[in-house]
Amino acid sequence: MTPFLSIEGLAKRFPPQDGKGEPLTVFEDVSFGIEKGEFVCIIGHSGCGKSTILNVLAGLDEASDGVVVMDGKEVRGPSLDRGVVFQNYSLLPWLSALKNVTFAVAARHPSWSKEQVRAHAYRFLEMVGLSGGAELRKPSQLSGGMRQRVSIARAFAIEPKLLLLDEPFGALDALTRGSIQDELLKIWSETEQTVFMITHDVDEALYLADRILLMTNGPYARVAESVEIGIPRPRSRDRIVDHPNYYKTRNHLVHFLHRRSKELAGREHARKGARPATVRFGDEPEDPSRPAIYAVNT
Amino acid sequence: MKLSLKLRAAMLSVALLLLGMAIWEIAIPAPEAARELTEYEKLTGGGAPKAGVPPPSQVLARAWEELSDPFYDAGPNDKGIGIQVGYSLYRVLSGYFGAALIAIPLGFLIGMSPLMYRALDPFIQVLRPISPLAWMPLALFVIQDSQASAIFVIFICSIWPMLINTAFGVAGVRKDWVNVARTHELGAFRTAFTVILPAAAPTILTGMRISIGIAWLVIVAAEMLVGGTGIGYYVWNEWNNLDLTSVIFSILVIGVVGMALDAAFGRIQRAVQYSE
Repeated sequence: MTPFLSIEGLAKRFPPQDGKGEPLTVFEDVSFGIEKGEFVCIIGHSGCGKSTILNVLAGLDEASDGVVVMDGKEVRGPSLDRGVVFQNYSLLPWLSALKNVTFAVAARHPSWSKEQVRAHAYRFLEMVGLSGGAELRKPSQLSGGMRQRVSIARAFAIEPKLLLLDEPFGALDALTRGSIQDELLKIWSETEQTVFMITHDVDEALYLADRILLMTNGPYARVAESVEIGIPRPRSRDRIVDHPNYYKTRNHLVHFLHRRSKELAGREHARKGARPATVRFGDEPEDPSRPAIYAVNT
Repeated sequence: MKLSLKLRAAMLSVALLLLGMAIWEIAIPAPEAARELTEYEKLTGGGAPKAGVPPPSQVLARAWEELSDPFYDAGPNDKGIGIQVGYSLYRVLSGYFGAALIAIPLGFLIGMSPLMYRALDPFIQVLRPISPLAWMPLALFVIQDSQASAIFVIFICSIWPMLINTAFGVAGVRKDWVNVARTHELGAFRTAFTVILPAAAPTILTGMRISIGIAWLVIVAAEMLVGGTGIGYYVWNEWNNLDLTSVIFSILVIGVVGMALDAAFGRIQRAVQYSE
């Protein structure tokens, strides 16, 4: 069965600077799938091209090679079916928070009346905790956390088939980040969205994601592994660490980021078009005769 | 009690004005008392009053006289100051908005398309430094109408700051905002009006404000050349009449109207300003 979103053999190459020699390959042979309703995070060092992958999914950038198929259709150019939350919020500064959301809703539903658009926008602003006058302020009068809330409300309000988040909490302090993560999970569970998110933060990925894709370092970066987080939802921040899989998964991710992402970098692929190896941590008690980590190719 | 900075500045301004006027008043020698002229003086015309710079009291009296009846019309060479200013404003605004009608869309085009920018840049660079009055003879010959030529001169001098600022503002719109428009599937026109125009509006308005200032500077010179009506013609006509009181009064009127125009555009500029 083909997944809801499938990325096949994606590559990004830049022509050589002086016009001769090898082109610079940022990543190549990136293939993976995302199921409907799944929350997938992608982790990798900067320069591995994860933002480029997200921009290709958004239709804002073009890949040098490969295809993206969503819901049976090839992805070409930007579309309201794919909502984006940018790292720097990208709110229009001359519009109030509310107008930023109604702007998107009106683009999605051109036939709706003004009242319908407003009501819809308010519903999503309230979901992220923006109401009672704060929604009438301009972005410059809001804190970074509030701005990112507006940006998330805007993206969810158009009810896209796929939501793309480009390091949405990168610029926020830890406390704000935590509360917006909870709001993101809440709005995600209420709307049953499919989410693809870039992050640098291992704990954030563990808390939010169903599955984490790990990228090797560039150039010639690729998605090496797909780590399934077998931690049941709803998750709570204080109890998640008690789950037997939590530290095993976390150690695996940290180990990958700090050692294996370098070791695997620049290596030729064994098999072209191969899916990333799936890594799953079982609930069974640890058996010293078996390795703590085992990979399953699917 | 400490007065606010604004109030203290206003008091200082008034004090400086009064001081300046007092110095001006004192510096002008009182007209010599009429006395018996010698035979020689009578022969050489020495008794004729010498034209001098009028004292501020006379200028104020003239201002009161003119401003209490600004719209009288007693023939081609004797019209109220309100009518003259009205003619000038009409020319400035029609030339100016004509220029805006061309400069803003063209600036959009140049700002959006690097090709057009490079293609049109040499023309703009050559045409921009030309003094607007240098166009006057050509305009008079081609248009064959002095009023329309004055409007054309205003048009040609207003167009450059607006064109360049619009192009600059449009080209400088943050890529993120354009991406917002793209991900929301906005068409080219909706993107231009709902994203690029508001994003570039502060820069465009800066250009428009510079333009209106230049247009008001140029209209005085243009009307001195063209003649007939307008505040520039009024100044020149009063100079020919050797009525320096009226000349000084009209200089002040030019300043006040220019200030009002600038303030009006400043207000619009603040209205479209946004902070990131």
